[in-house]
Amino acid sequence: MASKAAVTTKISCYHCGEPYLNGKINLDTKQFCCEGCKMVYQIINENGLCEYYNLNQNPGFNNRIPVRPDKFSFLDDESIAARLITFKDEKQVHATFYLPQMHCSSCLYLLENLHRLEPGVISCKVNFTRREADIIFSTNESSVRKVAEALTSVGYEPWISMSDLKEKRPGISKKMIYQLGIAGFCFGNVMLMSFPEYLGIDASETGLRSMFRWTNFALAIPVFLYSALPFYESSWKSLKHKFLNIDAPIALAIIITFVRSAVEVISGTGGGYFDSMTGIVFFMLAGRILQDKTYRQLSFERDYTSYFPVAVSVMKEGKEVPTVLPTLKPGDTILIHNEELIPADGILSRGKAFIDYSFVTGESIPVAKEVGELVYAGGRQTGGNIEILTVKEVAQSYLTKLWNKDTFRENEEPKPTSFVHLLSRYFTFIVFGIALATGIYWQVNNPSHLWPAVTAIFIIACPCALLLSNTFTNGNILQILGRNRLYLRNAETIENIAKVSHIVFDKTGTLTQSTEQDIAYEGEPLDERQLEMVAALAGSSSHPLSRTLFKNLGITSDLEILHFKETRGAGLEAMIGEDIIRIGSPAFLGGDIENEAGTRVGVSINNKIYGYYKYSNHYRTDIDLLLQQLQKTHRLSVISGDNAAEHENLRRLLGNDARLLFKQQPEDKLNYIRNLQRTGEKVMMIGDGLNDAGALKQSDAGVAVAEQTNNFTPSSDAIIGAESLPRLHAFIKICRANRNIVIASFILSIVYNLIGLYFAVQGTLSPLIAAILMPSSSLSILLISFGGSNWLARWMRL
Amino acid sequence: MSVIVILLIASISVAGLFLFAFIWGVKSGQFEDDFSPASRILFEDKPAAQVTGNIE
Repeated sequence: MASKAAVTTKISCYHCGEPYLNGKINLDTKQFCCEGCKMVYQIINENGLCEYYNLNQNPGFNNRIPVRPDKFSFLDDESIAARLITFKDEKQVHATFYLPQMHCSSCLYLLENLHRLEPGVISCKVNFTRREADIIFSTNESSVRKVAEALTSVGYEPWISMSDLKEKRPGISKKMIYQLGIAGFCFGNVMLMSFPEYLGIDASETGLRSMFRWTNFALAIPVFLYSALPFYESSWKSLKHKFLNIDAPIALAIIITFVRSAVEVISGTGGGYFDSMTGIVFFMLAGRILQDKTYRQLSFERDYTSYFPVAVSVMKEGKEVPTVLPTLKPGDTILIHNEELIPADGILSRGKAFIDYSFVTGESIPVAKEVGELVYAGGRQTGGNIEILTVKEVAQSYLTKLWNKDTFRENEEPKPTSFVHLLSRYFTFIVFGIALATGIYWQVNNPSHLWPAVTAIFIIACPCALLLSNTFTNGNILQILGRNRLYLRNAETIENIAKVSHIVFDKTGTLTQSTEQDIAYEGEPLDERQLEMVAALAGSSSHPLSRTLFKNLGITSDLEILHFKETRGAGLEAMIGEDIIRIGSPAFLGGDIENEAGTRVGVSINNKIYGYYKYSNHYRTDIDLLLQQLQKTHRLSVISGDNAAEHENLRRLLGNDARLLFKQQPEDKLNYIRNLQRTGEKVMMIGDGLNDAGALKQSDAGVAVAEQTNNFTPSSDAIIGAESLPRLHAFIKICRANRNIVIASFILSIVYNLIGLYFAVQGTLSPLIAAILMPSSSLSILLISFGGSNWLARWMRL
Repeated sequence: MSVIVILLIASISVAGLFLFAFIWGVKSGQFEDDFSPASRILFEDKPAAQVTGNIE
């Protein structure tokens, strides 16, 4: 409790909750961290929507970086706007916006009251799970652009990207849920109708008995023809590829059970096994849905187009013309504003570029470029506007080429290598063998027993138990991991993670925290007033190094700054009171330019250099423990786009066997992974930026690290919340345990199968025995898979 | 025996009703978003869609 109290006494921004350090931005007794947050508050307050702040504390997002006023001018282009519009007539337009900032009930409240902010809006309905808002507005009074700008004005900038426009994000198909519902309905009723038969209905009541049988028959038809469709489709597909997957024997068992039961009912010789059949279809569908439950708010498929803007301003005869990216041609001159991504490789033709290549190289400190120099796609301009003469198309640029590589295409044909399929294949051959032997035996001894005995074998020996244990264990493990903020793309990823033998880490943003850096001061000590001056000066700049310095000093200052001057890529200078203070690179201050690795920012007051702030990477909490654990079980590598300044630290953290590589280009990373794979390693790549995207895709299990879940991550097999990364070792362990749980429940099911087979080969499998064996084996499998994985999770404290 | 037939028809039609309700619920998207409806009901001022709905 004590620590909580300490936190609340620290003043934080009323809108976004970030520390209130500036000391100047206030309104109505509320404090704000920046002008952006204050403006959003003003808009919300003026429209009487302050309930927004009552529902949750500090619900907003930081608005320090203002959105350029005509950013959404490209939405005036009908063809682009049309992609967001789902319906349009003379009166109304329906449009869907993706708003990744949405995170709480306050957001919901504000967005659904959008009509108060933007008069043309008729209604706004939020789908929270998909982070989407369906907005209806009047055709005459508003436009897609105006709505987008209204959303942006309150801090919910819609994310509009080429790839999101192209495709809808997948979810569980509704069809499968209908199939499950129908199977459940039929299963329940068939079960009820079968009781009289099991309990020995009075033989004299033949009319009643046949009525029950025929009702069962009728109820089984929709299950056979509709609910079981996914199994037929999947097995047909696998047979076409000349591969026997687990669904093939299951589909066969369903068909044989149904046909045999139908024959029995029609000929009046028995009640059939409709209850077993419908039950097994129901359970298997349930398992499949549990396993396929994906995280709809996450996207695992992002490529570079998600990062790039939809349109850029092309300069034509001195005017800005918004142009959609794919139509950008080499030779066009494009205008890049502050904080915008460069979409294609080009030559800087006007302005001073100061480009943050953190997407491409992982290096977070911007580099200065002069007119005439080549700039690469993926860089983000910080500072004023620049003009670039494009020399390559978007898809042909250096960074984007990585995605278009043919290597990725090769792997697109999915090869189901899951051990479950292999197990089921052996299983199927054995069952066929037993069926054949039994068939021959009865053919010789008593041909009348042939048909019941052989069909009974197929019914009883269907590998549904294996499928059930697999899907339910997978589904449960996916949920346990999801609870711990490791989100897997699909169930196959569990097995891939279990098989990993070599783990490759990216450094910046993965092992270290890209938003934080450690700062150590070396030199003549500064007194209180001097420190305050440094803080005041650093606080006036938006350069990442200044911001970090300001945050680390944590001093609120209201000193008056005069003659402030910022030289991009060099440093800051200003007059405070009587003193001239300058902070910046050693070269800027005229100090010693000894070529030391790492970043340094010097402080000079009245032309005397006092000392230097040394910046070093801030490793994530507990990452050292994780690396110690992983050293024992996996081979490790670090592959970084950065310089070798951290070599010693990393060597200490990862041990002597680890391979450390620095100054690696995105392509080098990809090739490194591929070379490891050639030597037979199963590689897990853990990275965060676009520069790791190629490697993430090439690896057997690519894990993207996300600081926040709604951040954009490159396409990968899994997304891990940054604070969960230290527990990776436990996650790998539970993925490995998955296989054991599946095998354990499979062995149990084989025991049941053997009991069933004992009756089946003799041709004496009564529906009652089948009806007891099937559900009890299914239930015990559910118990083992659920109980086993939950118990493990609790044991590992997940 | 006829009583059993009536019971049978009754029980299956009741179950059928529930199946219909389930399919209806899935179709209308009730299971797609489990957060917004729960929060929406707590807001003091009604969203626009409901306001216009009352006027019409």
